[in-house]
Order: sequence, then structure tokens, then C-alpha cells
Amino acid sequence: MSNTASILLKKNPRSRTLKEHQPIAYLFVLPYIIMFSIFIIIPVVAAVYLSFTYFDTVRFPEWIGFENYIMILTNDDVFMQNVIPNTLTYAIIVGPGGYILSFLLAWMLAQLPSKLRTILALIIYSPSLTSGVTMGVVWKVFFAGDNTGYLNSFLINLGLAVEPIVWLQSQDYLLTIMIVVTLWSSMGVGFLAMLAGILNVNTELYEAGYIDGIKNKFQEMIYITIPTIKPQMLFGAVMAIVGTFASSGIGVALSGSNPTPQYAGQLIVNHIEFFGFNKYEMGYAAALSVILLLVVYMFSRVAFSLFGSKNE
Amino acid sequence: MKKIHKRSKFQSTKINPKRFHPSQVRYLLFLFPLALFMLLPLVYIFNHAFKPLEELFYYPPRFFVNNPTLENFRRLFELTGVSGIPMSRYLFNSIVVTVLVLFFSVLIATLAGYALSKLAFKGKKIMNEINTLALMFVGVAVMIPRYLVVEQLGLIDNFFVHVLPYLAIPVGLFLVKQFIDQIPNELIDASRVDGANEWQIYVKIIIPLIKPAIATIVILSFQAVWNSADTSQTYINQDSLKTFAFYMGTLTNNTNGVAGQGMGAAASLIMFVPNLVIFILMQSKVMDTMAHSGIK
Repeated sequence: MSNTASILLKKNPRSRTLKEHQPIAYLFVLPYIIMFSIFIIIPVVAAVYLSFTYFDTVRFPEWIGFENYIMILTNDDVFMQNVIPNTLTYAIIVGPGGYILSFLLAWMLAQLPSKLRTILALIIYSPSLTSGVTMGVVWKVFFAGDNTGYLNSFLINLGLAVEPIVWLQSQDYLLTIMIVVTLWSSMGVGFLAMLAGILNVNTELYEAGYIDGIKNKFQEMIYITIPTIKPQMLFGAVMAIVGTFASSGIGVALSGSNPTPQYAGQLIVNHIEFFGFNKYEMGYAAALSVILLLVVYMFSRVAFSLFGSKNE
Repeated sequence: MKKIHKRSKFQSTKINPKRFHPSQVRYLLFLFPLALFMLLPLVYIFNHAFKPLEELFYYPPRFFVNNPTLENFRRLFELTGVSGIPMSRYLFNSIVVTVLVLFFSVLIATLAGYALSKLAFKGKKIMNEINTLALMFVGVAVMIPRYLVVEQLGLIDNFFVHVLPYLAIPVGLFLVKQFIDQIPNELIDASRVDGANEWQIYVKIIIPLIKPAIATIVILSFQAVWNSADTSQTYINQDSLKTFAFYMGTLTNNTNGVAGQGMGAAASLIMFVPNLVIFILMQSKVMDTMAHSGIK
């Protein structure tokens, strides 16, 4: 750097970081923008475009307007009778349910001394390190349909069941098992963020709260902890929503087939995959994708309106 | 004086206490059984993976292993895929893919995070907003258009298609950016005055200061890529290019026999243990990053 330049900088160093345009920044963000565009932006835009077409991957997409959406809403019995109810049940229990559970767990862990807390937090977090695929083998033995399955053998020994139940192929149990399994592995990044947030709340805030008449732990949580860690609560909520939908391939992994038996565990993600890769109705699948993205977005809006700062 | 005494009743359990106190028992009464339940499937994998064949056949099934053996691992490594590809090949692919993803995702996220936090440029605000929006992005939702993009780019059956989709992680960039926001501007200004250019500042100041955030991206990326069977399933037809996670999936689908369960558990263990080790090594750094994770 030349002398004059450094003198100029010395004169007013702050303005450089705050206002002056620094073209070199584009080089820093370029790799991210390229990857982000290829794998996130373009697919989303393409999904929106394709959702208005008929596309069988062989011929060029043919523009058909809203026909896919109309078909989905009026003519897709599986979507209306199985996919929507399943997805809603699954998403509400695993999403908000799992989120509240992970906040309460984080909050309880924060009341414990450091060593004990670290060990318990690690145990609760560790299932989220597994994935549906790797755990498939475990769940299949746990829930095996004959009497060699752990759950069946356990229930029969206790006299709670007379004969083995075919858990993973059952219309009555598949969705419940999916929910339990997903909840089991849902204490992930959001859980850690909320735990870190609670641990970092300034203790003086609590002292002040006691003087202002906070009477019990519950009031302390509602009036001090949650408002103070709102940003972490929001991050945790967004992670919970995304995690819920991202892991929704679990039904197919457990039952071993798409569609799942009698559509018992059919979620919108499986429906997309089925139409896209099994039936090659790409336009129709794209319309389902757009609906899914909108649903995720709406869930997130709710989270933002609960925990976001006002100027957002 | 009275007032203070009254308060201390529930104040005795404090956030982040220094030592154990009887009032914590009520939380433990809930947390211990839950932790036990959470641990059960993992304990099962550990036991099942080391069971000799005859114990796998026990009826009724037993949870714990009596005579641990490495037999399942040996059989797993000797097993070859449908097209005669040894299992070690899949493991090798997974390791290469994971190393590449870790290196490049950290590089890309830290570069962009530095610019988004500390440099001034047009479009910065909108880029931050788009990235926050993209936190809500669910990859599986657009698997079909993604497939079409990959196909158009001629990346089907290209080894790097395992790597590329995992390089831009909105959560990773978000966490890094939040973390760099904590670094005082004065520090950066001072080095500019000393004649450092942006690249030097990035290498010599930013990178050493954001190690906790880097550790966090490493964990997130590792988890995503090491566990993923999607890229193999969707973009790769050639067996020799597929990854271990995919191979595991086929293993659990094709070997329904009891003997297969032992191998399956052994393979699950190979998948799970690296995740756990990396997290344990880096957990204090991760917690440090998570403290800055809030969305404002």
C-alpha cells in the first residue's frame, strides 16, 4: 500500500469499514453466491416455473397454468385424505411439540451444575447425530413384526400383547412410530442454541426480577428467560421447523416402500418423490414442492411473529 | 430481611449453579429417565454390533452382549456389493467426500461471513436477508428441480456431485457472520492502518478469532455429508462412486436375515462413532458459537 493511501486511511479509518464501497467484498462472497444459486435459488425458481407446466422429462415442459395446483386440490384423493392429515399431525407434534420439549429440556439442564449438565446434554443431543438411513437397521429390529422384535417380545413377555404386531407395516402404528423416532433425534442445533442462550443470560436480570416480585421458577422462565433469549428461541424455532420437514422421509425408510403401506406414513415429501421419480410427473411434483416451501415459510412466519424483533 | 428470606426458597436453584443442590433433584427425576430412553437405541447398536452369531439368534432377544466379538465387522469388510465392489471402496469414497466438503464449506462460509459482517458493498443487506430467509430452506422439497439442474450441468455420475450441494449451507454462513459481528471493528481498522489488505486480515485476524464458529460448521457439515445417502441415490448410477451411507441403506434393505442385523449394527456404529467423537472434541467451541446464534 502506498504512503498516501495509508495517510488517507489514518485520517478517517472508521468510514472505510462503515460506508465506503469495497469491491473486493464481491470476491469474498462470490464462491458462496455461486453455490447458493446453483443448489438453492435456481432449484426454487425452477420449481415455481415447472409447477405451471406438464413435464415428463422427455418432452419440453408444456405450459398449463394452474392445472397442477387445481389437480392437487380437487383430484388427488391420496393428497387430501392421507398426505395432508399425516403431514399436519406429524409436523405439529414434531415441530412445535419437539421445539417446546427441547426448550424445556435446555431450561432444566441449565439448572444443573456444569459436569452433570454436559453429560446429560450430550446424551440428549447425540441421537440427532444419527440419520434416518443409519438408524433404519436399529428401528427395524426394535419394531420387527415377528416375535423376535424387541418391542413385540417385550410386550408379549409382559402379557400386554398376545401375538406379535406388524408395527412398521401397520396403518395404525406407522405414523406414531415415525413421530417417536423423529422426536428422539430432534434435539439438535436448536436445542444447543437455546441451552447456550439460557446459560448466557445475565444473572443480574434475575436478581432484578426477584426485587420486582417474581415469585417462582415458572414466572422467572416466562418473564425473564424467554424474553432475554428471544433471538435464540427464534433460531431454535426455525431449526425445528426445517428439521421436521427435512427428516420426513423417515416413513419410507422405516416401512421400506414408497408409497408407505396404505399411505399410513405418507408425508408431502414422499408424495413429491413418488410423483417425481416414480411417475415422472415432474410438473405435478414441482407444484407439490412449491406448496411444501410455502407451508415451511408460513410456519416460520409464525415463529418470527412470536420471537422476532419488531423492526424485522 | 423477611423479604429476602422468602425469595430464597425458589432462588436456591439458580441458572448455571456451581454445585449440586437438593432442589435440582426434581429436574433429574425427569431428565434421568429421559436420557436413559434417548440412550437406549445407541446402547443397542453398541451391543448388537459386537454380538457373535449365536447371540444374534437368541430367542427371546437379549439386549446386552455376553461374549463380544469383532466378527460382524470382519464379515462387513469382507462383504462385497452387488457388482463386486468391496465395502472399503464405499468407505474410502465417503472419507474423501467428507474431507473435501469440510474444507471447502468452511472456506466458502468464512470468506462470505467476513464480507457480510465487516466489508461494505452494494447488495450486502439484501444478501443477509436472503440468507436469513434461506435458513428456512428445506433441501428435499426441491429434489426434483435440483436433479434437473445437476443433470443440465452434466454432473450425473461425477464424483464431485457428492461435494457441491453441501458447500453453501445457510445456517453455517449465518452462524459465522453472527460470530464475526462480535469482533470489534477497531481491531480490523488498526490492521488496515498497518497496511494489511483484506485477504491478510481474513487469514491473520478473522480466521484465528473465529475458530469456535469454524468448529461448528465442521460439525454441521460433517453430519450432513457423512450421513447422507441422497446424493448417491439420486445423482450416481455407477456403483463404484457411491458412498458408505448409501451402501448402509442397501445393506439394511437387502439383508433381512438375523446375521445381516449384526453387520447392519456394525455399519451403524461406523457411521455414528465419528460423529460423536468430533462433537465431543469440539462441544465447548460449539456452545460458544451457539451463544451468538440468535436471529434478531
